[in-house]
Amino acid sequence: MRVDLQVVREWIPENSHVLDLGCGDGTLLASLQESRSVTGYGLELSNDNIIQAIRRGVNVIQRDLNDGLSSFSEDGFDFILMTHALQVLKNPVAVIREMLTIGERAILTFPNFGHWRNRAYLGLKGKMPMSETLPHQWHNTPNIHMCTVKDFELLCKENGFKIEKKMIVDRNQREGIGLNILPNLLGEIAIYQITRR
Amino acid sequence: MPDKIPDDSVGLVTPQTIQVTEPLSLISGQQLDSYTVIYETYGELNANRDNAVLICHALSGDHHAAGYHSMEDRKPGWWDSCIGPGKPIDTNKFFVVCVNNLGGCGGTTGPTSPMPGTDTLYGPDFPLVTVKDWVASQAQVSSLLGIEQWLAVIGGSLGGMQALQWAIDFPEKLKHAIVIASAPRLSAQNIAFNEVARQAILSDPEFHEGRYYEHDTIPSRGLRLARMLGHITYLSDEAMHKKFGRELRSGQLKYSFDVEFQVESYLRYQGESFIGRFDANTYLLMTKALDYFDPAGDYEGHLDKALQRALCKFFVVSFSSDWRFAPERSEEIVHALVKARRPVDYVAVDAHQGHDAFLLNIPYYIQAFHAYMDKVAGDIA
Repeated sequence: MRVDLQVVREWIPENSHVLDLGCGDGTLLASLQESRSVTGYGLELSNDNIIQAIRRGVNVIQRDLNDGLSSFSEDGFDFILMTHALQVLKNPVAVIREMLTIGERAILTFPNFGHWRNRAYLGLKGKMPMSETLPHQWHNTPNIHMCTVKDFELLCKENGFKIEKKMIVDRNQREGIGLNILPNLLGEIAIYQITRR
Repeated sequence: MPDKIPDDSVGLVTPQTIQVTEPLSLISGQQLDSYTVIYETYGELNANRDNAVLICHALSGDHHAAGYHSMEDRKPGWWDSCIGPGKPIDTNKFFVVCVNNLGGCGGTTGPTSPMPGTDTLYGPDFPLVTVKDWVASQAQVSSLLGIEQWLAVIGGSLGGMQALQWAIDFPEKLKHAIVIASAPRLSAQNIAFNEVARQAILSDPEFHEGRYYEHDTIPSRGLRLARMLGHITYLSDEAMHKKFGRELRSGQLKYSFDVEFQVESYLRYQGESFIGRFDANTYLLMTKALDYFDPAGDYEGHLDKALQRALCKFFVVSFSSDWRFAPERSEEIVHALVKARRPVDYVAVDAHQGHDAFLLNIPYYIQAFHAYMDKVAGDIA
């Protein structure tokens, strides 16, 4: 399981009720169900992911996150999760706002565009960065709203989202002196838990 | 007419009948003291009797869901695309039962059956039945068949409404409810279409207040119009465009009221073939059952409260171009389930075929249905 998903799993208390936005093939939900008796639903758009999620035995609902979440407002979710989906949304801020309306807390993970490899790629090659985390070309990428750790924290400040927890990791490990000192430069994946201020 | 029965067909099948002698109290206040039900089964019931799935049919459907009655049959049962060896409702794994609903005209007691104590047919005196009544009668049949609990109750359109009602009325008697191209209640527009269909039949001079059997006639014009209207709502604009466009039957305009466009020919054919196989009183009754369906009605309009009773898992499917029961209608069911914290998988299939899509072999639909039915099979002990 991806490092950020492992972290998210640890952050969620047992028996929580969650909504996982862009739940992919249901890996995280299945693991939460099994190891932490978490209940909840995943929203996903891709047909292939839906079929895999059904096979994994999670509750998956086919839906485009860009269509809004207001219909989930009275469902009493403890956590709204969104792992690696923020960057594909048309209006990320509106979605984060909705996440904090329909749930107590939101946990988001996203690839940090400020990672040194992206900076070096652009700086040295003069081309839009591509990597294992960002395998697409500029014209066919679903990632239309990339941001850096700094950008995200600024967004939280401007919009009054309170950061309760954060962790910046790289793909293979979660601890490292560098990650603590220069997270925006050395961290590949950012994980935040936020709430309404 | 199959030259050879396809390998993934359930093959030649024979309908069976069962007599229910336990009285059935209907929502309308009337009672049926006994009735006959015609049904078909495919596959084998296992020793634990826990692999049985019930198929519920829609407005013009019947008990013949899959396979062929004879080698002369032009077409297989109405849901042959989904029922058979290796198909989503896999007859190698499941024991499949499909009954003709009460009030039907396929062999179950209905308007065309003799009325006890008289020498006439029920006709218009057959009581109006509701989805709740159907489910109650299906539960009586289940007991007689020795099936304590259905592994799944499955239906499309009006059939999906029965699956939903099963989950609410008999929570302990099913493990999965599969609701395809359906709705939690009819909209005003849905009821309006039904009313036009009914008026077509009721205003036919051959209707004779529903006693047309006694006059040795049938309200064929009305029934034909009702069916033509129905068919328009089963297809999407795009599906009609793809199928017929503005294609002319004879290649040129005739400036007359004869059939000119292919779509007219299609509708007339559908109407014509319907009058030979369907009863007008049954059609009236089925449309009323649709209109009355409202499981939230008993719970102050809150579907989630109704669904809090459910103990089964749900699989809900919608089709993008279905405007009879649009995806939004399926999503009402899904949202009520989420609110009631009931397990649900929801698949929104992108398909141009309209409401009829649930009967067709659409790759993503079939794959997702397969995936869910594999999960269902996992619940066989």
